[in-house]
Amino acid sequence: MIRVQENDFDIAAEVQAIARGRTDIGAVVTFTGIVRGDAGDGETGAVAAMTLEHYPGMTERELERVEAEAWARWPLSGSTIIHRTGTLGPGENIVLVITASQHRHAAFEAASFLMDYLKTAAPFWKKESDAAGHGQWVDARESDDAAAGRWRGGRSAGDGDGDGDGDGEGEGEGGGSDD
Amino acid sequence: MTIKVRYFAWVREQTGLPEEDVALPDGVATVSDLIVWLKTRGPEFEAAFAKPDVIRAAVDQAHVKHDARITAAREIAFFPPVTGG
Repeated sequence: MIRVQENDFDIAAEVQAIARGRTDIGAVVTFTGIVRGDAGDGETGAVAAMTLEHYPGMTERELERVEAEAWARWPLSGSTIIHRTGTLGPGENIVLVITASQHRHAAFEAASFLMDYLKTAAPFWKKESDAAGHGQWVDARESDDAAAGRWRGGRSAGDGDGDGDGDGEGEGEGGGSDD
Repeated sequence: MTIKVRYFAWVREQTGLPEEDVALPDGVATVSDLIVWLKTRGPEFEAAFAKPDVIRAAVDQAHVKHDARITAAREIAFFPPVTGG
């Protein structure tokens, strides 16, 4: 489920919604992206506001494509991506990713994958403003491209034996390393 | 034929407009060709596309490389590398 919206989201309500009425879900993983109050690069002053521009139409399409990719790679029972747009202040929610599956490996891996892919594919652009109102566009990071790149090859990152599953029976972990 | 061209983020700030309808000139067949032609339209476009390697493109709302053909496209967008999430 994809939503692009200006309004804030209610994390607890979305977590409840994803598993409502299901008895087969054993794992729900949640990620929230939040506006930091510092610029992170040490060069500019404190961030007073962040404005998120997006490409209506393509934004939803790319998020749906990324979501479909996750469902193709892992045995998911549910997924939710909510991304805000507009002007946000420090500490405010930006993005929510929830994944649900029978066992935890798929939920953890898919949530990580969704964030890595979203950050390199979804057409949003952030502009940070300081207290004086001076704005600066945030630069894309090479580390985000590298993070997305580690998922290439069609496998999950923790899939040591290459069977596309990466999960042992029940709650035990199979072979392969986790990041 | 007319195509809608959209600009986002600092590309939009430099061109000075969020979108326009453009009649594709003869000989403009790819994204690269379009960038070359756009740069001839004025200093603001010259500035926006000064470093084409940094500019990303989407044709009909899908990411494409600069060698993509645009002759059948309805919409093209130019923007910096994305920074969502």
